[in-house]
Amino acid sequence: MKGYLGIDVGSVSTNIVFMDEDTNVLESLYLRTNGQPVVAVQRGLKQISEKLPPHTVVRGVGTTGSGRQLTGIVVGADAIKNEITAHAVAASHLVPGVQTVLEIGGQDSKIIILRNGVVTDFAMNTVCAAGTGSFLDQQASRLNIAIEEFGDIALRGKTPVRIAGRCAVFAESDMIHKQQMGFNLEDILAGLCEALVRNYLNNVGKGKEILGPVVFQGGVAANAGMRRAFERAIGMEVHVPKYFNVMGAVGAALLARDAVSRGVPTRFKGFGVADLEYKAGSFECDGCPNLCEVIEMAEAGRVIARWGDRCGKWSNALAAGNCS
Amino acid sequence: MKVTFPHMGYMYVSLKGMLEYLDIEVVVPPPCSKRTLDLGMKHSPEFACLPLKLNIGNFIEARELGADTIMMAGGCGPCRFGYYAYVENEILKDLNIHYNLVVLEPPEKHIGELLGRIRKITGNRPWIKVIKALRFGYLKARAVDEVEQMSFQIRPRELVRGATDRALQEAVDEIERAKKPEEIPFALNRAREIMEAVPADMSRPVLKVALVGEIYTLLEPFSNVNIERHLGYLGVEVERSMMLSQWINDHLFMGLVKNVPSSERFKKVASPYLCHFVGGHGEETVGAAVWYARQGFDGAIQVLPFTCMPEIVAQSILPKVSGDTGLPVMTLIMDEHSGEAGMITRLEAFIDLLHKRKEQKEVLASW
Repeated sequence: MKGYLGIDVGSVSTNIVFMDEDTNVLESLYLRTNGQPVVAVQRGLKQISEKLPPHTVVRGVGTTGSGRQLTGIVVGADAIKNEITAHAVAASHLVPGVQTVLEIGGQDSKIIILRNGVVTDFAMNTVCAAGTGSFLDQQASRLNIAIEEFGDIALRGKTPVRIAGRCAVFAESDMIHKQQMGFNLEDILAGLCEALVRNYLNNVGKGKEILGPVVFQGGVAANAGMRRAFERAIGMEVHVPKYFNVMGAVGAALLARDAVSRGVPTRFKGFGVADLEYKAGSFECDGCPNLCEVIEMAEAGRVIARWGDRCGKWSNALAAGNCS
Repeated sequence: MKVTFPHMGYMYVSLKGMLEYLDIEVVVPPPCSKRTLDLGMKHSPEFACLPLKLNIGNFIEARELGADTIMMAGGCGPCRFGYYAYVENEILKDLNIHYNLVVLEPPEKHIGELLGRIRKITGNRPWIKVIKALRFGYLKARAVDEVEQMSFQIRPRELVRGATDRALQEAVDEIERAKKPEEIPFALNRAREIMEAVPADMSRPVLKVALVGEIYTLLEPFSNVNIERHLGYLGVEVERSMMLSQWINDHLFMGLVKNVPSSERFKKVASPYLCHFVGGHGEETVGAAVWYARQGFDGAIQVLPFTCMPEIVAQSILPKVSGDTGLPVMTLIMDEHSGEAGMITRLEAFIDLLHKRKEQKEVLASW
């Protein structure tokens, strides 16, 4: 069998998909990154290689997410793309004609506007991470409920409580007040979903024209309460695609397929990278007052990449082949 | 007297040149760094904007080098910046750091008022010499602006990554070394030669993106996480709506120098979207988006510090401008985070969007 790997290394989760040549997703994995992107990728590659039939040929690999550069170097990626482009590519592939993508991940949330299959506008939260997956996670654990149950409990809420959603810190104290006043959990969670959706539409969706079909993806799309809150707020049906939580990886695989489509051989180093030893280190360059923090990645004791230097002194030195 | 001032990009070249021409001792604060920001954050009100925090850091670091007098621009109007000089001085006093404060308020009627305000620093030096010094500082700003603009064009076309940045610093240093107005033309020529020597493929097709927004975050690369550099690396030629010499001429000289680009060109086209001064450069930001759309730019990026009121007003109007003109506009808010990765993600996605649009346009045009 032949196919493409897509790897999305995000702040919270690391997702890997294997897609066959007809772009069917055959395998998908959703792992916690736990702050160790390389380890997560290695573990993921190992698991996915065990699931795939022997003699599977990987024709191309794409990486995306905040860890895309690092991962791209480790696995030998053919396409390294930002997650906004990757999410848009995946959404328009899986839901033809999609015009709006709502995406909420662990640390960021974005809205992507597509017209005629092309991204025409997008926005991503900048200074504030309120209303993203991490906040929901935190609230679930504070209320001692599993995050998986959050959505179903919220759906049972009949009269959602009004919660200040503008800032996560205020939202939390507002929620505590409402709990102390005796509102029930269902209504509070339903209210929280509505507050987050309001916040999202005001801060991220600001001024953008939301037209259907609307797709809701990212880890938070698993939360049925959030989906219902979105449908109520925009008055439109909201689709949650089958691979909602690995859409970035699906997009990366599609981008890898494009990258190698003109007969370019893949740069994939093979599943063997799962067993190699990778070590990341950093040092502060004192060559100028910028004091850049230079990060270097060593594969089996040999430095394979450096980045973080603004002037290119260290990364260029490596490209020229005279690294120590 | 040892005079210092806050950093704002290459402004130090101009101010240092002007003051040293008057034989006034100058302490240039160390370039903005993580330490500057840490010091500033520690002692500033949390809700103040990034420029105030970096200013405080600059002043603390300048004191460590022996500075005793602050020279800073002021202002009046809805932007908080007008009070920053005084507020910062109060904060420094509380820290037991006592400075003489000289605020260059923009003149209301005539450039002569500026000369009066600067007197606290220039003392009994003859007016004619002070006027010459002001002109010298302005000419330096213009020279630096010119090489910076060259870097915008060269960077996306450079053959060795980082070559433009190294050349730019050398070119700026060359201008910095000029001690008299007569030396500027020679220094500028050498600076131009340095920039032209950067190996580059000038025929390479690039996207053109305008940077609009708040002046400090536009001019100080530390505050905008080197946005110009990253755009250059992504193959984008940038144009900045605000250059230092333009600001000096518009605000401090009241447009005395003619036949140079002025922010008036933006204000004229801001209407009907925004027909009123809203503080800071809000009106100019809206106008600049319209202006660059008409100039055929591929996109515009608005940068502003978090909590900047005038730019928030502009931000809420930009989607309308974008819808009417077809110019894609993205807003990036700058604050204490120094991580570049998040910004690069947004820039890359924006550039992808611009490329796709351009491709579509070209396909349509070829019919």
